[in-house]
Amino acid sequence: MTDEAYEPKIIGFLCNWCSYAGADLAGTSRLKYPPNLKIIRVPCSGRVSPELVMRTFREGADGVMVLGCHIGDCHYSTGNHRTARRMPVLKALLEFTGIESERFLVKWISASEGGLFVETVREFTEAVRRLPPMRRALHEAEPASGVRVPEW
Amino acid sequence: MMDAGRHPNINLLTYSEVEEVSGYVGNFTVRVRQRARSVDMDLCTGCGSCEEKCPRRVKDDGFNVGLGRRKAIYRPFPQAVPAVPVIDRENCLFFMRGRCKLCEKVCPTGAVDYEQEDTILDLQVGNIIVATGYDPFDATRVTEYGYGRYPNVFTSLEIERMLTGSGPTAGQVFLRDGETVPETVAVIHCVGSRDENYNPYCSKVCCMYSLKLAHLVQGKTGARVYECYIDMRTAGKLYEEFYKRLQMEGTVFINGRPSEILPEDGKLVVYVVDRALGRQLRLPVDMVILSIGIEARHDSQDVARLFGISCDADGFFKEKHPKLDPVATLTDGVFVAGCAQGPRDIPDCVAQGAAAAARVLTLIRQERVEVEAATALVDEMMCVGCQQCIQTCPYTAIEFIEDRKVAHVIEALCKGCGTCAGTCPSKAITLRHFTDRQLISEMLGAMQLMMEPVLA
Repeated sequence: MTDEAYEPKIIGFLCNWCSYAGADLAGTSRLKYPPNLKIIRVPCSGRVSPELVMRTFREGADGVMVLGCHIGDCHYSTGNHRTARRMPVLKALLEFTGIESERFLVKWISASEGGLFVETVREFTEAVRRLPPMRRALHEAEPASGVRVPEW
Repeated sequence: MMDAGRHPNINLLTYSEVEEVSGYVGNFTVRVRQRARSVDMDLCTGCGSCEEKCPRRVKDDGFNVGLGRRKAIYRPFPQAVPAVPVIDRENCLFFMRGRCKLCEKVCPTGAVDYEQEDTILDLQVGNIIVATGYDPFDATRVTEYGYGRYPNVFTSLEIERMLTGSGPTAGQVFLRDGETVPETVAVIHCVGSRDENYNPYCSKVCCMYSLKLAHLVQGKTGARVYECYIDMRTAGKLYEEFYKRLQMEGTVFINGRPSEILPEDGKLVVYVVDRALGRQLRLPVDMVILSIGIEARHDSQDVARLFGISCDADGFFKEKHPKLDPVATLTDGVFVAGCAQGPRDIPDCVAQGAAAAARVLTLIRQERVEVEAATALVDEMMCVGCQQCIQTCPYTAIEFIEDRKVAHVIEALCKGCGTCAGTCPSKAITLRHFTDRQLISEMLGAMQLMMEPVLA
């Protein structure tokens, strides 16, 4: 628990066809959700590589969401099957790297579930808020000159 | 319907079901199961003597919603297109007991074929319009109105059939006993619609058809008609004028949703609070008509999966955009029309059907379609040839080039999902417009935004 109240920074990777449309529906329905989430549109949740999630945490995100279509509803038929296999492994390994696994959420939200999207963002923001802010360890320690920082 | 049946370019497949759809816009393969109707469509002239002579009568649960009777060899209704009858094998005496064959004897062209089997057709089509219609709301679900328990509670569809000149009562409106003409009638709006217990949405057509039924019932029987409504929704050309006309004709409008119907002294008593009067009313009536709403087809989820489209929360097919593109779906080459997409009346269905046809014709006329520009790309210098991308690709759009030991994307097949790019351990494969660099930049920008103090 932290003493000071803070606004968690959350990045969400949303698949274009279901979750992004669901978020859009939340907007057209004039539903409100916490402004802590910044959405990045990807064609399919299968596009999100574990490295991208880790990089996002490294940049200081307090939480990362990967939202995709329900299994069986994927626009690319089986793209989200990869997400369903890949992301739980990443979640299990997060604790090992010192990041609380509660900071990472994988969920299926369809284009019609604007309400569920809002609820998910609200719950996740509150869950992340209960954790301390992420330290931007790598950013605070500037790399020595001449050292090539890899893309990942 | 007749026009569609006769058009040289329209091939009607009735009594058929789509079993499988594969391919993409301009190149769909649709597998259709044409069910055995036991009558040869080429030989049958539609004379109807088989239907006349068939000794087996069964309850007509289809077109006549259980009010009339039909034969075991029948057409769903007299104007059905094509005018070829079908043998209902569950009720046909020949299929039940192996004897009869009367229809075969009377058929002048020898079209009856008891051995006919289902045929499977593989059709090559460029575009698909899904217009599978709706299911009427099942009124027995609203137990307080007692449909199915009280004989003189009817659904609007039953009254509609009774009012038809060629219907089961030849245009007369009777109580369930089949002879008494009702003197007082209550029409209850929004049964199964605008109700959190059933469907939250407005079914859009019920107000207008309730007015029509009130008008016709009044005209045929001289009965006093009470309309119990929540809000009268008469949006549409000349609709409000019709509502005004009903008010002039003496229909009694009660602003309130009835809470219950109870039988009392041979009558049905409708309990309703009139919001205009602010009073609880007891309406003793002979007949109650429930204006049932429109629901998505019970199998709409399965149909949606078949065509690669999706359903909204109420089960209706989801359009590409509710305002800007209400005809297209997220799958190129698949369009929706009519009540399959949401409740609407006949003029709206006609308009949407025409719009869907126009969209298809546009695509056909163009003779070419725009494909996804965001395809995957392999950097052959980085590729180690592990072939993981080949395993993950949902479209088998990646091939392995043996002599160079690298992966290669077939751009015509790639749909641009990027699952390969998310998989590649050496980051050799990337998705155009969604490269790692682009996604990271976007993420960094978003982080930057959140780092800055918010200026109010």
